[in-house]
Parts: sequence; structure tokens; C-alpha cells
Amino acid sequence: MGPLVVRLQAGPIDVETETRLLAQGRPDVGAIVTFTGLCRDEQGALSGLELEHYPGMAEAEITRIAEEAAQRWPLLGIVAVHRHGLVTPGEVIVLVAVASSHRQAAFAGAEFIMDFLKSRAPFWKKEHRADGAAGQWVDAKESDEAALSRW
Amino acid sequence: MKIVYFAWLRERVGVPEEAIALPESVRTVGEAITYLAGRGENYAYAFERPSVIRAALDRKHVPLDAPLGEARELALFPPMTGG
Repeated sequence: MGPLVVRLQAGPIDVETETRLLAQGRPDVGAIVTFTGLCRDEQGALSGLELEHYPGMAEAEITRIAEEAAQRWPLLGIVAVHRHGLVTPGEVIVLVAVASSHRQAAFAGAEFIMDFLKSRAPFWKKEHRADGAAGQWVDAKESDEAALSRW
Repeated sequence: MKIVYFAWLRERVGVPEEAIALPESVRTVGEAITYLAGRGENYAYAFERPSVIRAALDRKHVPLDAPLGEARELALFPPMTGG
């Protein structure tokens, strides 16, 4: 495998720069699948999301998931970057970019990492309401947990 | 043992982390939750639905029936909502 980059950051994620790293000097890379998860405003109801995380465990858990993906598919590089702190609508919350020689492994690897990241990486979202009212913690979806069983 | 809380568990308990000397009889994560729930109103509220609680020992996910063993840090939190 090539680079395996896992990072948490409080500032904006530069998708192009992060993704370029995977192809640089790697003529064996034939496919890069990029997933970006964005903050929604829920029809104007939200001014943002506060992302709480478990320092130390969050990076370690994403790394474990990425390493598992690298064992299952012939991947040539993985970049996973996740925001913490306040994120506003339209901003990228998470970037997962996976490189391989061919698209099938890159698609599968990216989907696998995202499925596990959703339910296993220790992050929690709290809503910031646009009207200033107290925001709620976002509930986990049962469909996210169910998505793991197909792997 | 160091116990850390996240998200609404942290808000309900009222502190992000604390050091608690658990009784000898508390051997598993689930038993620790039951013990904590008896420490006061805020704890009872935080742990009113034990089945939704997720746990990690020394920063690795564990099921609620996992033994505490020699772990130094127990983290308790709601289901995760990252990504």
C-alpha cells in the first residue's frame, strides 16, 4: 500500500490537496474514489453542527478501519480526514479518498471505510439551531448500524 | 479508574471525566454502568437506558459484558454519529 493518512482537524478540509497526494509520483494508481460528507442546513433550520470526538481513540479507530480495508482490497493509498468542532452548512465534515489500480477496489474500499467510520469512529454531532434555540444531539440511524452486516 | 463521558452522557453526568474507585464486586462494563447509575440523580438520568450505551476500554470498543480487567480508562458514550 502507498500512503495511509488519517487526520482530525478543526479547520476546513482541502479536498483537492488531500486527494492529489494519492496520485503524486504513483503511475500505478488508476482510480481514486473520493467521498465527501457535507454539513446540511436541514431546510434552513440549522446554522451548523458541533462535532465532539474522543481524542486519541478517534484517530486510532479510523486507522484500524483503514488498515482493515487495505487488507481486504488491493489499495494503493488511503486518506481520511475528519473535522471536529463547529462545522457550518456546505462545509466538508469528512473526506475519504481511496486509490487503487482499478475502480472496483477503490469504490469498495471507500464505501467500507465510510460505513464503519459512521458507526465505529467516536464522533458525536450536536445541532446548532438557526433560530438560537437549544440544539439536539443527532440520533444514530439504525440503517447505519445495519450497513455493517453486509461486509 | 478514569471514566470519561461524551455527548449527552457527558452533559447529563455533568463532568467530562472523573476518577472513581469502583468496588471489587464491579467486574464488567455493564456492572460499572449499574454502579454509576446509583451515584445520584444526574447519573440515574444519564444511564436510564443502559442498552443504548456504548463503551471503550483503553480506547478500544468493547461490549457491555466485557471484563474491566486491568484497563485504566473506561469511556461511556451514546451511539456514534460521525461522518
